[in-house]
Amino acid sequence: MVPLSYYLVLSGILFACGVAGFLIKRNIISIFLSIELMLNGVNLSFVAFAAQWKALSGQVFVFFVMVVAAAEAAVGLAIIIAVYRTRETLNVDQVNLLKL
Amino acid sequence: MTANLHLWLIPALPLIGAAINGLLGRRFRRWLVSAVALVFSGGPFALASWVALQFPPLATPYQEALTPWIRAAGFRADFAFYLDQLSLVMLLVVTGVGFLIHIYSVGYMAEEGGFYRFFSYLNLFMFFMLTLVLANNYLLMFVGWEGVGLASYLLIGFWFTKDSAASAGKKAFIVNRVGDFGFLIALFLLIKHFGSLNFSQVFSAISPMGSEIQGVGLLTSIALLLMLGACGKSAQIPLYVWLPDAMEGPTPVSALIHAATMVTAGVYMVARSHVIFDHAPGALTIVAIIGTLTAVFAATIGIAQTDIKKVLAYSTISQLGYMFMACGVAAYSAGIFHLMTHAFFKGLLFLAAGSVIHAIGGEQDMRKMGGLRTKIPWTFWTMTAATLAIAGIPPFAGFFSKDEILWQAYSSPYGSWVYWLIGVITAFITSFYMFRLWFLTFFGEYRGAEEHEHTEHAGGHAGIHESPKVMLVPLVILAILSVIGGWIGYHNTFQNFLSPVFHAGITAATLEAATASATQPHPQAGATESLLMGTSIAAALAGFLLAWFLYHRRPDLPAKIAHALDGLYQAVLDKYYVDELYAVLFVNPLINGSRLLWHGIDQNVIDATVDNAAEGAREVSDTVRHMQSGNIRSYAGWVAAGAAVVIVYMVWLGVR
Repeated sequence: MVPLSYYLVLSGILFACGVAGFLIKRNIISIFLSIELMLNGVNLSFVAFAAQWKALSGQVFVFFVMVVAAAEAAVGLAIIIAVYRTRETLNVDQVNLLKL
Repeated sequence: MTANLHLWLIPALPLIGAAINGLLGRRFRRWLVSAVALVFSGGPFALASWVALQFPPLATPYQEALTPWIRAAGFRADFAFYLDQLSLVMLLVVTGVGFLIHIYSVGYMAEEGGFYRFFSYLNLFMFFMLTLVLANNYLLMFVGWEGVGLASYLLIGFWFTKDSAASAGKKAFIVNRVGDFGFLIALFLLIKHFGSLNFSQVFSAISPMGSEIQGVGLLTSIALLLMLGACGKSAQIPLYVWLPDAMEGPTPVSALIHAATMVTAGVYMVARSHVIFDHAPGALTIVAIIGTLTAVFAATIGIAQTDIKKVLAYSTISQLGYMFMACGVAAYSAGIFHLMTHAFFKGLLFLAAGSVIHAIGGEQDMRKMGGLRTKIPWTFWTMTAATLAIAGIPPFAGFFSKDEILWQAYSSPYGSWVYWLIGVITAFITSFYMFRLWFLTFFGEYRGAEEHEHTEHAGGHAGIHESPKVMLVPLVILAILSVIGGWIGYHNTFQNFLSPVFHAGITAATLEAATASATQPHPQAGATESLLMGTSIAAALAGFLLAWFLYHRRPDLPAKIAHALDGLYQAVLDKYYVDELYAVLFVNPLINGSRLLWHGIDQNVIDATVDNAAEGAREVSDTVRHMQSGNIRSYAGWVAAGAAVVIVYMVWLGVR
């Protein structure tokens, strides 16, 4: 059996990749993907703990996260399309109408 | 309760006049402004005369309440008026002389700017002065007291673009504050101990109390504090310094406010409070000493002044000293008598001096006058009457009142031959400097600049000219009063008229003492009185002769004498350096202290704290605001960094 720490390290790496992508990328879709990466990194640690402690609640929680992520993807992609239609760009630094 | 006299109308009329001229006068023509001013200052005089006719059958004091003012717990102060013989005399003097000076001003100010402003202030002054005189409680009196101070300030600084006039106004106002401080404290003491400021209530509460023969008790303190107030308003030592400077105002103002009426308010107040003073012999002595010293001190300064109005100003201070001398020996009616005659002849002197100044185109220096006798005969003769009156030559008005004061100073139970002696010396000096003024102005050769005779000056008239009739009529009326005004004191008529006021509050014991000592030396009293009277007439004549000798017979001598007595002469000319002394003792420390507080405390501590707090807040925010860039990724970076720090903290420090 793969020890728990392996999962957690992988989960941490995934999450860190997500954070780094979120901070570095300018393309709004890449940022969106980075967020998904972070969510899934967290999901992985949830299921790892659930398997370790033989508790179902961790797995149930992952379903919730996936549902939220799916809803977010639907809304987020819709927003991205709307932004692209009006601004003709996906660079977040140029989507700054509300800034002073 | 007898007939309603509607006393409230007397002060109300000038107030209405002041309001009309002050608010609308800018658009009026000059004759309309004059008409308003004259109607609303003549009205009170007519009313006062009518009141005087109604007066004899009245039960005194007649009181009339207009409307409640302050009613707090047991304390009451109303807008209410009080009329007795004393206020009646003051009422007639103020309205009568005031009205005459209003008439005079129409001529004197005819060429001046700010015509409506002048008459508005003058009427305002009348309102406050009449309030002061008619008030039935100390608080309302204080309102009038402060009000005349305000009017005086406004009128001294009438030519406010002139720096000296503006600062003279400020000086008068500030010096008076010192006196008003004393007056206010006295009022607080009265409220604390008698629960009232009403004249009749306070005096009836004090009457049964014993005299404070030794030590300084409550009544002595109140009396001395009131006297401090009187010193400020009536220009006595040590607060007289403002009056000579007040001559910066227009001459009618000097006549009305700084000679005839306002400056006598202190005498009136002391006389009105005579019940308090009667119970505080110590305070009376101090009043007499202050009055006597002021009389002789100011008179000596008057000798060396060269500005015609300054001579009259010091003479006013000196004559006020006489009045306080009279009050200080409990001869209040003599003081009020002199107040009245002084209002006539000093008002006249100022108006005549104004006429002289008017005639020669604004020159006030007597060294540049001379020989005006034939050129302005009306002014000359009226001024002669006033000069004779102030010098105390019989049978002019000043003789009667001054002689009465000197006799009382000698013979009253509180009196002493010292007061009398200094009084006679002062009479001699007074006579000397007044005749000096008279000779310098009207006799000899004209010493003014020659071109004055030919060029057109501000008035638009050419050369030396007599004043218009509107100015001469008041002069003549006042001259008549200066000549005959003293006869109402003949056979003590005036004193008997006032006696109900001044004997009302006296306890049986003091009355007995007074009558005992008054009757005791009676056998020789007549002879003594004649002797003293002769001495004072001799002093007056000696003053005249000396002035005649020095300024008419040998006009070269005064300069030589001045040269021989160089240091003394310079000291007198510079008014004994009192202004400089006050500057060193009070004014400069105050200015320096204020400057220290301004720079040291206000600017360097208070302002600096506030400024630096603002500056610090701005700098901190300036730094911090860069964090809030509006860049989502930088926020996310901060969140990630924060989370990393938390994780490191938990892993490293082993929070389990």
